[in-house]
Amino acid sequence: MSEWRLYEVFVRSKHGLNHKHVGSVHAADAEMAMENARDLYTRRNEGVSIWVVPSDTITASASDEKEVLFDPSEDKVYRHASFYELPDEVGHM
Amino acid sequence: MYAQLVETGAKRLKTRDEMSPEEREFQEKVDAEIKIEPKNWMPEGYRKTLVRQISQHAHSEVVGMLPEGNWVTRAPTLKRKLQLMAKIQDEAGHGLYLYSAMETLGADRDEEIEKLHQGKAKYSSIFNYPTLNWADMGAVGWLVDGAAIVNQVVLQRTSYGPYSRAMVRICKEESFHQRQGYQILLDMMREGTDEQKAMVQDAINRIWWPALMMFGPHDDESPNSQQSMAWKIKRKSNDELRQMFIDQTIPQLEFLGCTVPDPDLKWNEETGHYDFGEINWQEFYDVLKGNGPCNRERINTRKKAIDEGAWVREAAVAYAKKQKQRAQAA
Repeated sequence: MSEWRLYEVFVRSKHGLNHKHVGSVHAADAEMAMENARDLYTRRNEGVSIWVVPSDTITASASDEKEVLFDPSEDKVYRHASFYELPDEVGHM
Repeated sequence: MYAQLVETGAKRLKTRDEMSPEEREFQEKVDAEIKIEPKNWMPEGYRKTLVRQISQHAHSEVVGMLPEGNWVTRAPTLKRKLQLMAKIQDEAGHGLYLYSAMETLGADRDEEIEKLHQGKAKYSSIFNYPTLNWADMGAVGWLVDGAAIVNQVVLQRTSYGPYSRAMVRICKEESFHQRQGYQILLDMMREGTDEQKAMVQDAINRIWWPALMMFGPHDDESPNSQQSMAWKIKRKSNDELRQMFIDQTIPQLEFLGCTVPDPDLKWNEETGHYDFGEINWQEFYDVLKGNGPCNRERINTRKKAIDEGAWVREAAVAYAKKQKQRAQAA
């Protein structure tokens, strides 16, 4: 077994953008995870902000639940702008 | 290639009819270029093969630091020393990206590293050769990283999502490695003394054949290729990749004003490729079996680093525990 905990790393590449998952690091604690993430994932100005999250605290959707989980959004075409047709005279809306 | 002779456990491909419904669905996804992600169902053989291939690839990055580390204290200028250290740090980073991808398959990093130390896991044969003069740093960057790039560019399209994304990151960084290597050789050839120019040719003479061996055995001697290609863990065959590497490298070699130790190398107008001589496969298999010039030394150095660093890891855990207790008491 690994002696250090696994952390998932999220990096905000530029101000105004979301944090994005980039990979993981091992560390004895959160502070060390932050330092390791900086050394590993931002050696060339790839980020302006980092999140580290213990991997075992993340709840993820299971792939075999995909249908059950996302099905309700599939039959609601009226949620998309393209559902509503307007006469050309109205112009761009 | 950084992964050679990766065992798939499959002697031949299963036909559609022999596949279970799950296997068939999986293969259809792979065929449609839909990436496989950690939580998706996958055949056990696919998972095991990937763990072997990715860990072998990661071990290669890590062991690959050693031949270069040999020259950090001997680099001719401060500039070259800084560049070399940055490159070595990248190799450590590449190893970690790959171990991270491997762990998404449920493998444990420490266990896989332990397998390497026990001689049960392979790494690329190329790192079992010594680096004898400063020009070797140039030739390694240019030829070894160059061969790795040819392989890794293709692997960006591999079917397993985390592996593919690690490859994208690695490829972005790898071109710096190759350029800095080539520039070392270019400077020596342009401004060097006769003795320094001879060092360049000597380095190329020693590294050329081992670099070609990196791509692994011929396609017809590569029993695992068919399954790996069907799973799209591998995207191009060993011989195809080797030919690509040679075709792009020879013009660069000629620009340097150097030669390779292969009397059969010549441009073939008809095929549009370079013809080249036969690789010494006995040497390849010997090195892979652990009998290359530096196999024992490399593994011993890795073990020593892990053993002598144990107190640092223990101290870090003890410190983290203490901080946690303090925070709880407060």
